[in-house]
Amino acid sequence: MRRVIVIGGGLGGLWATLRIAEAGFRVALFSLFEVKRSHSVCAQGGINASLDTKGQRDSIWQHFVDTIKGGSYLANQPPVKSMCDEAPGLIQTFERMGVTFSRTPEGIMDLRLFGGVRNKRTVFAGASTGQQLLYGVDEQVRRLEAAGEVEKREWWEFLSIVRDDQGVCRGIVAMDLKRMEVKAFPADVVVLATGGLGQIYAPKTTNSTNSTGAAASRVFQQGALFANGEFFQFHPTAMLGDDKTRLMSEAARGEGGRIWVPKDPSDQRPPNDIPERERFYFLEEWYPTYGNTAARDVASRAIWKAVRDMGMGVGGEDKVYLDLTHLDPKFVELRLGAILRIYRKFHGSDPVTEPMEIFPAAHYAMGGLWVDYEKNEESGGLSCGSTRNHATTVPGLYACGECDYGYHGANRLGANSLLSASFSGRAAGEAVVSYLKGLEPGSDSVPLSRAFEGEVQRQQAINRSLMVSRGGENAYALHRELGELMTDRVGVVRDNRQLDQAFGELKALEERAERIDLGEASGWANQTLSYARQVRDMIQLAQVVARGAQERDECRGAHYKPEFELEIPQGKFPGDPEFEVYRQAWKENNRKWLKSTIARYTPDGPEVRFETVDTTILPPEQPRDYR
Amino acid sequence: MTEQIEFRIRRQDGPETAPYWQAFRVPWRPGHNVVSALMVLRENPETASGERVQPVAWEFNCMEEVCGACSMMVNGVPRQGCAALIDDLEQPIVLEPLAKFPVVRDLMVDRAAIFGTLQRVKAWIEIDGAWSVHQGAPRISPQEWLENYHYSQCMSCGCCLAACPQYGPGNDFVGPNALAQVRLMNAHPTGRYNRTERLHAIMAEGGLSDCGNAQNCVRVCPKEIPLTTAIGELGREVTLQLARDLFGKS
Ligand SMILES: Cc1cc2nc3c(=O)[nH]c(=O)nc-3n(C[C@H](O)[C@H](O)[C@H](O)COP(=O)(O)OP(=O)(O)OC[C@H]3O[C@@H](n4cnc5c(N)ncnc54)[C@H](O)[C@@H]3O)c2cc1C
Ligand code: SF4
Ligand code: SF4
Ligand code: FES
Repeated sequence: MRRVIVIGGGLGGLWATLRIAEAGFRVALFSLFEVKRSHSVCAQGGINASLDTKGQRDSIWQHFVDTIKGGSYLANQPPVKSMCDEAPGLIQTFERMGVTFSRTPEGIMDLRLFGGVRNKRTVFAGASTGQQLLYGVDEQVRRLEAAGEVEKREWWEFLSIVRDDQGVCRGIVAMDLKRMEVKAFPADVVVLATGGLGQIYAPKTTNSTNSTGAAASRVFQQGALFANGEFFQFHPTAMLGDDKTRLMSEAARGEGGRIWVPKDPSDQRPPNDIPERERFYFLEEWYPTYGNTAARDVASRAIWKAVRDMGMGVGGEDKVYLDLTHLDPKFVELRLGAILRIYRKFHGSDPVTEPMEIFPAAHYAMGGLWVDYEKNEESGGLSCGSTRNHATTVPGLYACGECDYGYHGANRLGANSLLSASFSGRAAGEAVVSYLKGLEPGSDSVPLSRAFEGEVQRQQAINRSLMVSRGGENAYALHRELGELMTDRVGVVRDNRQLDQAFGELKALEERAERIDLGEASGWANQTLSYARQVRDMIQLAQVVARGAQERDECRGAHYKPEFELEIPQGKFPGDPEFEVYRQAWKENNRKWLKSTIARYTPDGPEVRFETVDTTILPPEQPRDYR
Repeated sequence: MTEQIEFRIRRQDGPETAPYWQAFRVPWRPGHNVVSALMVLRENPETASGERVQPVAWEFNCMEEVCGACSMMVNGVPRQGCAALIDDLEQPIVLEPLAKFPVVRDLMVDRAAIFGTLQRVKAWIEIDGAWSVHQGAPRISPQEWLENYHYSQCMSCGCCLAACPQYGPGNDFVGPNALAQVRLMNAHPTGRYNRTERLHAIMAEGGLSDCGNAQNCVRVCPKEIPLTTAIGELGREVTLQLARDLFGKS
C-alpha cells in the first residue's frame, strides 16, 4: 500500500489531503495542533474569483493581468493563469461544501471590491472568510477521516525529511508534542503545507504563532531550494500589541479614515485634544491624489518614513493614528463593524471616539520553497496532473500553500492568497496522485531502516543537547531580538549597509542559539523545547530573506531599496516622452532583475542565484501604475 | 515600582499527577491580555515568592479569538485567554484549565472529544468530490444566510461544553456545539439530503434529550452563537422525524 504524508492542516494542506484521499490513497495528516486551529482562520477579507456578477464585465483575463502586474511580473505565468482560470470552479466547490458565503438579495454569492483592482471580484463570508473556507475543507477531511481514508496526527511536529541514497524523499521524522518522542514515518511521497513565516518579524506581524517557517527552513537545510525570500508584504495598518499586531483592514482607510501624527512628536496630549492645525496628515500631503487610500506598500513606506526617518512617531514610538472620529458614527458602525469590534476587544478603546494606534506589520510571505510546474503549451496554463507541478527540488517532496513561492511574484494582491493556498493544495494533491501512480511497484518495500534510524538519532541528539545545555541564552529573548532586527533592517525599507549589518547580526544570533538554556527539563509537553528548535530554524530562514534583499539592487513590489528607485515622472502618462524614457529604463532594469531569487543552503549561509521568469502570456510592457 | 498583574494559576505536570497552585506577578503594560501576559511569564518563569519554576504550558495560535486554541477558565469563566483584557479582570487573576476536559499539562487540555463528536453527528455536507461540477450550491436567501452564519463561526473552542451541566466525562452528551452544527448542516440546501442521518445521531443516547435547557452554554460562547435557539429548532425537527420514523417515511 502506498503511504502519503501531508504536513500542515491549513487551507493548502487540507485541499491536498482531500484530493489525494479522494483518489484512493490513504493520507497521514500531520499538524502542530488540531487542524481546525490553523492560521488560515485569521483571514477576514475574502477570496478572489472572477465571477462577473456585478455588471462590470470582469474577466478571468483581467484577474490574471491584475495578479501579474500586482506582482511586478515576477510570478511565472502558467501557474497564475491556471489559478485564475480555476478560481470560479474552486469557489463553487467551496459553496457545495457548505461555506456560508455572503449573499446578494437574489441569494447568489456577493462580491466586494478589494485593493489594487477596479472590478468587484472578491467573494467573502461575513468578516471571517478564512475561517469559513477552512471549516469547509476541514469538514470534508473529517468525512474522509470517518471513512478511514485520512489518519490525523495532530500534536506532531515535523522535524525533517528522510532521503535515500538517490536523494529521494522517503518519509519524515516527527516529534510527538506531548510525549516528546521522536519517530520516523516512511512514505512514498510527502507534501509540505506549513504556511508562512511572519513570525521572523514578531511581534510586528499579523501572523499566528504557527507561521514560523521552521518546517520550510528544515527542508531548505536539507537541500530544497527557497525562492524570492526577500519579498514580504507589510500591511500598513496593524494595531499595536506586545503579543502580535492585529490586522486593521484596508477598509478603514477606504471608508474615509485619516492617518496622522502630531506635528510635535513630543506632544503629550491625548489625540482628541490636539487641534487640527497641529496634526500632520502625511499621506494626504505626500500623495495628494490618493491621500489616505494609497496602495498598501506606498502607505507602509510613508508611515515608515514619518516614524523611523523623521522621528515623528506618536510619543517617539512606532505608532501613528488611524482616525475615524471625524466620520458619522452610524456610518462607521455600519461599514466597519468588524474592525471596530476587534479594536474594542483587543485594545479596549473605541475607534469611534478615539483614534486607533497603528503601525505596519509583516503580513504575507510571497517567497517560499521553490516549486516546479509543467506548462501546457496549448493553454499557456499548467499541464494538469503533471508530476512536476508543485514538486520541490527534492524528488518525492511537494509544497503548497503560503510555504511555496508560486503565485504572487513580488507582491500579492489582496484576497489572492486564500485562493493560491486552496488552488495550490488541490494542484499539489493532483500532482502527488500522478506521482504515486507512476511509482515502480514495490519501491515502497526497499529497506531503508538505516536511513530512518540515522535521522531519528540525529534529531534525538538535537533534543538531548538542548535539554542539557546551560548556555544561558533564552529562546524567547532570541526570538524577540530576531523580530526586532528583521523589522529594523530587513523590513519595509531596505539599504545595503543595513542589510550587511543584519547579516552579521543574524550570524551572531545563530551562534547564540547554539547555547540556548531551556530552563525546563520536563519530558512531557515541553513547549520550550519545540520552540527553541523553531527559533533556530527561523534564524536560518531569516538569513535567506536578508540575503535575497542584499542581492537584489532594485525596487520591485514589496522589496524597496530607495537607492535604486525608478520613479514614474509626475503627471506623465504613456505616450508622453518622459514616460517613454521611464518605460525604457524600467525595461532595462527588468532585463537585469526580472528574475526569481533562488537560495541554496550552505553552512556558511545561503547562496543565491537568479532564474528566468516565464512571462510569455503577458510580456512586461506595462509598468505597474496605480495613479 | 511598576504596577504588577497578579496571577494564581492551577498547575499540573501531567495527566496523572496532582494539581497544585502557584502565584505569579507580571509587570503591567497597557493592552495586556491573558495570553500576552503568559508570554511574558514564560520567558522568565518565577513565582511571586521568587522561586524558579517550569514555564506554564498553554495553547494559543491566532491571538485574535478565532482559532479557539486558548480556551481556559479565567476567574472561573470559560473563555479565550487572548481576548481577556487584563484591565477588565479582577485580580488576582485565577487561571485554570478548561473544565470538563482531561488536563495534558497546566492549562493545556485534550479536546479530541469535540472532534470525535463532530464525526458522530456527521457534521459535513456530502459532496461527490472536491472537483468542479461546473455549478455551485442552490441559492440561499440573505435572511437564511444570516441565520446560518451565526452557527458557522463555531471554532470548537469548548467553552460551552465547559459551562454545560450536562456535558462531561462519564456521560455521552454530544453537547450544544455539535447540536448547533447539526442545525447548520441540516439547513444547507443539499445538506438537507442527509438530515435524517444527523437527526438519528442526535436522537440516540447522549443526544438532544440530554440537554436540560440550563442555558449556560449561550452565556459563555465567545462567538455569541444562539445555541439554545438551535436546540429549540432541533427539538421540533426531532419530533417530526419521530413521526416520520413511525410512519416509515424517511
Ligand atoms: C490577519 C491575516 C488576514 C489575512 N486575510 C486574507 C484575506 O482576506 N484574503 C486572502 O486571500 N488571504 C489572507 N491572508 C493570507 C492567508 O490567510 C494565508 O496566506 C493562508 O491562509 C495560508 O494558508 P496555508 O494553508 O498555507 O497555511 P496555514 O493556515 O498557516 O497552515 C499551516 C499548517 O501547518 C502546520 N504546521 C506548521 N509547521 C508545522 C510543523 N513543523 N509540523 C507539523 N505541522 C506544521 C500548522 O499546524 C498548520 O496546520 C491573511 C493573513 C493574515 C495573517
Ligand atoms: S442549554 Fe443544554 S446544552 Fe446548553 S448548557 Fe444547558 S444543558 Fe447544556
Ligand atoms: S458553540 Fe461557541 S463556545 Fe461552543 S465550541 Fe463553538 S464557539 Fe466555542
Ligand atoms: S489564540 Fe486563537 S482564540 Fe485565542
